[in-house]
Amino acid sequence: MKFFASLLLTALLAFTAGLFLSWWSVALASFLVALAIPQKPWNSFLAAFAGIFLLWGGLAWWIDQENQQILSHRIAELLPLNGSTTILILVTAFVGALVGGMAGLSGGFLRARKS
Amino acid sequence: MRLVPFAISSFLTIALVWALNKPWGSVPAMGAFLSPQQGFWQNAEPAGKPASLDLNLPGLKGAVDVYLDDRLVPHVFAEIEEDAIYVQGYLHAKYRLWQMEFQTHAAGGRLSELLGPGPEGQILNYDRQMRRLGMVFGAKRALEEAEKDPDTRKIGNAYTAGVNAYISQLKASQLPLEYKLLGYTPEPWTNLKTCLFLKYMSLDLAGPENDFELTNARAVLPKDLFDKVYPITQDSLDPVIPKGTVYDTPGVKTRIPALADSLYFDAKQTVQIERTKPDRDNGSNNWAVSGAKTQSGRPILCNDPHLSLNMPSLWFEMQLHTPDYNAYGATFPGAPCVIIGFNDSVSFGFTNAMRDVRDYYSITFKDDTRSEYLYNGEWKPTVFTIDTFQVKGAAVYYDTVAYTVFGPVMYDARFTGLGAQRTDGKNYAVRWKAHDPSNELKFFYRMDRARNYDDYYEALQYLTCPGQNCLFATKSGTIALWQQATFPAKWKRQGDFVMPGTDSSFQWQGFIPRNENPHSVNPERGFVSSANQLPTDTTYPYYIGGHHDLYRGRVINRYLSGMSAVTPDMMKQLQTENYNIFAETALPLLLKNLETAGLNAEEKKYLDIVTQWNKRNDPDEKGVAVFNSWFDSLESVIWTDEFMAIPKPWDWPEQYTLIEGLLRDSVFAFTDNVKTTAVETLPQQVTAAFKAAVPELAALDKEGKLSWSKFKDAGIQHLLRQAPLSRYHVATGGGVHIINATKKFHGPSWRMIVHMTDETEAYGIYPGGQSGNPGSPYYDNFVNDWAAGNYYPLWVMKKSQANDKRVLAVLRFRK
Repeated sequence: MKFFASLLLTALLAFTAGLFLSWWSVALASFLVALAIPQKPWNSFLAAFAGIFLLWGGLAWWIDQENQQILSHRIAELLPLNGSTTILILVTAFVGALVGGMAGLSGGFLRARKS
Repeated sequence: MRLVPFAISSFLTIALVWALNKPWGSVPAMGAFLSPQQGFWQNAEPAGKPASLDLNLPGLKGAVDVYLDDRLVPHVFAEIEEDAIYVQGYLHAKYRLWQMEFQTHAAGGRLSELLGPGPEGQILNYDRQMRRLGMVFGAKRALEEAEKDPDTRKIGNAYTAGVNAYISQLKASQLPLEYKLLGYTPEPWTNLKTCLFLKYMSLDLAGPENDFELTNARAVLPKDLFDKVYPITQDSLDPVIPKGTVYDTPGVKTRIPALADSLYFDAKQTVQIERTKPDRDNGSNNWAVSGAKTQSGRPILCNDPHLSLNMPSLWFEMQLHTPDYNAYGATFPGAPCVIIGFNDSVSFGFTNAMRDVRDYYSITFKDDTRSEYLYNGEWKPTVFTIDTFQVKGAAVYYDTVAYTVFGPVMYDARFTGLGAQRTDGKNYAVRWKAHDPSNELKFFYRMDRARNYDDYYEALQYLTCPGQNCLFATKSGTIALWQQATFPAKWKRQGDFVMPGTDSSFQWQGFIPRNENPHSVNPERGFVSSANQLPTDTTYPYYIGGHHDLYRGRVINRYLSGMSAVTPDMMKQLQTENYNIFAETALPLLLKNLETAGLNAEEKKYLDIVTQWNKRNDPDEKGVAVFNSWFDSLESVIWTDEFMAIPKPWDWPEQYTLIEGLLRDSVFAFTDNVKTTAVETLPQQVTAAFKAAVPELAALDKEGKLSWSKFKDAGIQHLLRQAPLSRYHVATGGGVHIINATKKFHGPSWRMIVHMTDETEAYGIYPGGQSGNPGSPYYDNFVNDWAAGNYYPLWVMKKSQANDKRVLAVLRFRK
């Protein structure tokens, strides 16, 4: 339960922060949620990772649908990802998720009791 | 708290954010770039309709409504004239901001700020070349003139304010994609940038000179041979102003300097400078047919400028409607006004005059300090300017340029062009017409408002550079063409070679009076036309210079002469015509001289293809490739032996020079290979050239690349030359010397046909799209239609049509 709550909260907070702050606000959001909802540190990692993965992946997928893949196709050739828009969305989601996950882990360790 | 793991993971998190927040080489900062809320995803526009907007901008004086139609063409309705231009600036920025800034950075020698010094310093070298040519110097002088004139000051300021109104509200997430890729942000627009943009067009169009190349050729080739390979006119010329026109006694007399032979013609000097030059096929077609030749009884005006084909396009289509005028046409993102188009009374279009208005003078400095130079027997002080280059990822670079009475010393010991270091100690100052004070903006300002021939004639005085064939037609039935600019009055071959800069005798002696410029108004033949050919025959009392196409002009005039009851559809067909008149001239000569007896089976196969070819450069024809390769090969066979003796750089003679030389004289002096003891005949050389061309043709044929569109492989290239942002492999016909002048990355950049009926009937298209955003469905949506030779009807919208189904969105601008 805690896991899903922190996952959802991370995604929500990161989305809101992203409206006003730079891209690295995903780290800030993940860190704060991990502090607010105590879990085992690696669970904090996973929750934040999954939260940002779904947020960035979901946003990118939705934008891509609206855009009918005009731009993602070009960027996926430029980067180069062989023109695969699916891989581009996964890469996008993974990069955000990694940053979020690491920040969540940090928050988790800060909040964790000494074992 | 678990301190150690916390410290480690925090450190890793911060390191990760740091690494993703900075660019690595050419890789952008990936965190920012990939973020769906900040990065490139924000440039992926919803593919449906554009959005309507209400905008409150304090810089406006009244209300402006902009209707975006189904091709994203803005129809701007302003109550106050300045507001129309303000909104034009705003819309140029909204759709094309990155290219506007990039192109003016290129013009002003500032690309290394964005891209770094480049491999082997190539980009910094390009920038230095721009500054040393005096691009900024010329733009600043143009700005002074524009500011002196109340009209151009007003529209210049309104345009700049409009661009900046857009830039100032731009959020980081909304920056055009290229800024995100390269990692920088736009700076405010200025009136100087507008002038720089117009100088960029002068750079492209007012530079058809080959002074260094010709100097080198003249150093080796004796006069009679030189005149044969670089003639000043052509046998089969059909000039812009028909042959037989009688010209008045010239108002300006020129004197050949007393020492011209020894110091100039026979000086045998050589120049070791390699440089980038504008594409030699920068040119255009235009023609207007009078009402006597059209079905409707009203004139039809046609124009297609041939320039580098880029994404985003050089052009942006617009309608500007104010209480005073209603102009429609192609505009330059980077400058106010409609540039090629029409209003409710007149239409106008341009081709390049291709005349030589840029000359070089050899300068003798007193010493290495470059502070004094020899001029009229005295040491005259130079004026230094220090140019600063903020090179990305490298130290600031300073370049000191010496200015003389001629202009800037472009090449000296400190700058030797693009090639290797030079050791000959020579210095060359450049005299360029584009340096002189002028106000070209006023020309376009007046053209947009012109109502009749007198208005056009008045407007023309403001066009001083680059020289253009200014085509004009009115609804009342006038057609006209003036070759207009302030052209230097030159003696024969003045400025074809580097001139002595030690005294004043070789300087330009005056300018051709404007009313003596070649022109034609309502001629009896019922049409006026130009296609970058020589403007006149040799009875014109001034020297022309420059380099000129021969074939497009001839074929256009041939078709137009044979037409009657002309309709816009016939004009569409003519503008996209692929007939190869050059092949019509050259191929029979090649076939006649080919010794078929010794050909093998493969060679016979390609001979059959070219023999059966219909002389049309249509996309699927294979004969074009065979003919072109054969002719290229012949040029190599004929010229190489003689030209190897010439120090680089030099250019091969024009194709028409070879063909006209061979047609005139079968024992053309260059036919024999001077490196062999035998005397080669024309049939031997033509056959050798054919045999040499076949292996490459066979290889291409095997890959399926012999059909003309594949052989030529045309495309439209993004300004950063990134393939995914470009449109490569666009199937097209046409080519060099063809009316449809489409070659690899170059060709008809805007095709326009205007029928001067009461309600203007007009058609147009350019290879690109209205949006400069690669994430927009309007980025490249015209390309396929352009390649297929289709046109769009140009909708001159009336305010009462606001509810028309073609209107997709409305932008309401209020103060």
